[in-house]
Amino acid sequence: MGYNWNWGVFLQPAASGGDTYLGWMFHGFKTTIALSLSAWLIALAVGAVVGVLRTVPNKWLSGLATAYVEIFRNIPLLVQLFLWYFVMPELLPESLGNAFKQSNPFMQQFLSSMICLALFTSARVAEQVRSGINSLPRGQKNAALAMGFTLPQTYRYVLLPMAVRLIVPPLTSEFLNIFKNSAVCSTIGLLELAAQGRQLVDYTAQPYESFIAVTLAYLVINVVVMFSMRWLESRTRVPGYIGGK
Amino acid sequence: MYDFDWSSIPNALPFLWDGMKISIQITATAVVVGILWGTLLALMRLSPIKPLSWFAAGYVNLFRAVPLVMVLLWFFLIVPHLLESIFGFPRGSDMRMGSAMAGFALFEAAYYSEIMRAGIQSVPKGQMAAASALGMNYGQSMRLIILPQAFRNMVPLLLTQGIILFQDTSLVYVSALADFFGAAYKVGDRDGRLVELLLFAGAVYFVICFTASRIVRRYQQKLKIA
Repeated sequence: MGYNWNWGVFLQPAASGGDTYLGWMFHGFKTTIALSLSAWLIALAVGAVVGVLRTVPNKWLSGLATAYVEIFRNIPLLVQLFLWYFVMPELLPESLGNAFKQSNPFMQQFLSSMICLALFTSARVAEQVRSGINSLPRGQKNAALAMGFTLPQTYRYVLLPMAVRLIVPPLTSEFLNIFKNSAVCSTIGLLELAAQGRQLVDYTAQPYESFIAVTLAYLVINVVVMFSMRWLESRTRVPGYIGGK
Repeated sequence: MYDFDWSSIPNALPFLWDGMKISIQITATAVVVGILWGTLLALMRLSPIKPLSWFAAGYVNLFRAVPLVMVLLWFFLIVPHLLESIFGFPRGSDMRMGSAMAGFALFEAAYYSEIMRAGIQSVPKGQMAAASALGMNYGQSMRLIILPQAFRNMVPLLLTQGIILFQDTSLVYVSALADFFGAAYKVGDRDGRLVELLLFAGAVYFVICFTASRIVRRYQQKLKIA
């Protein structure tokens, strides 16, 4: 096979000037991290609320939460992303839509990507929160209510503190997924890691090195996230449960 | 307020249907090949032969750590070149459909293998012992006793994974292959009606996936009672 391997290409000055190709990759890496982490925080907050709503004894609230989860789970991520990026600005009130369209392209791409990933993931987080709450013995809720706790107090002091610790392991895989899913955002032109990989192929004409480097970068993210979550899991484990101390 | 104009959709339906056929073809191939290869991987993973089990573990962990978009880009940009230079395929031949199928099948196999592994491990140990006691060898007891039960237990999960896969096929967009989503985008772009076409595509995916997941759930309930 007549391929010329050239790993030194990463240290060459990039076409944009003032930066190396490695610098390009690092830039994409930072965007991927910033995007995934910010989306993850929103997903946790929204997912917790929606997940709790799915378990409350009120048909309307739980129905609304179920509809939310079903909508975000049954439309492909790519379609959702395009809806946020191309459709949402058109449907917003004109002044807001125009403000969005006139902001700088990176901001537009980043905001759309962040909202899209956040809400997509929040539906999955909500499912984990719900199954965490449902996995608690029913007696816990009844006991709390019998002791005179109001329903919000029952959630605040009895159900959620347990449920949150139980769902740390399944949330690990959702956390890993959000980094992987962020690669989809390259399709609207956001220059994150995968998009930088494609750009490197075009500019350096060294497709193998570029793709291997980007793939390795994803592996590194994966390993780091996995080990930090494993640490968190060992800290939050509930004694007495399988896998507990 | 935005003026909706849905008139470009009726004329585009045949084109969109062609796209849907591509989506379904890719899904079907990836499900069948993915389950077969995934089952093999699961068997390797559980086998007492260390190198086989290492290989399967490495394969599964690698594919599960890399974004699907990256895997597809590998298969669209790199693998065709590799095949051209190794097998001397004519340059620039359109291998996108084949690449898409191979990429999805190999990627999904990693996920199917984890499902099948859980399925095999969910079969009580006594079944294997009983099969051995009846004089079956390893292959026979796997094929005739363990795998059918494992498979049956895992049907709902395998189908759910299939629905996820169907949604993920929209990612062939990165290769400009006109699957259902790609077709919808093209029509919307051509007619300046991207808003309507994207909303339509989203609605179609929702109806299909929601219905399918309802059916799977009903089947799962039935299985529980049995």
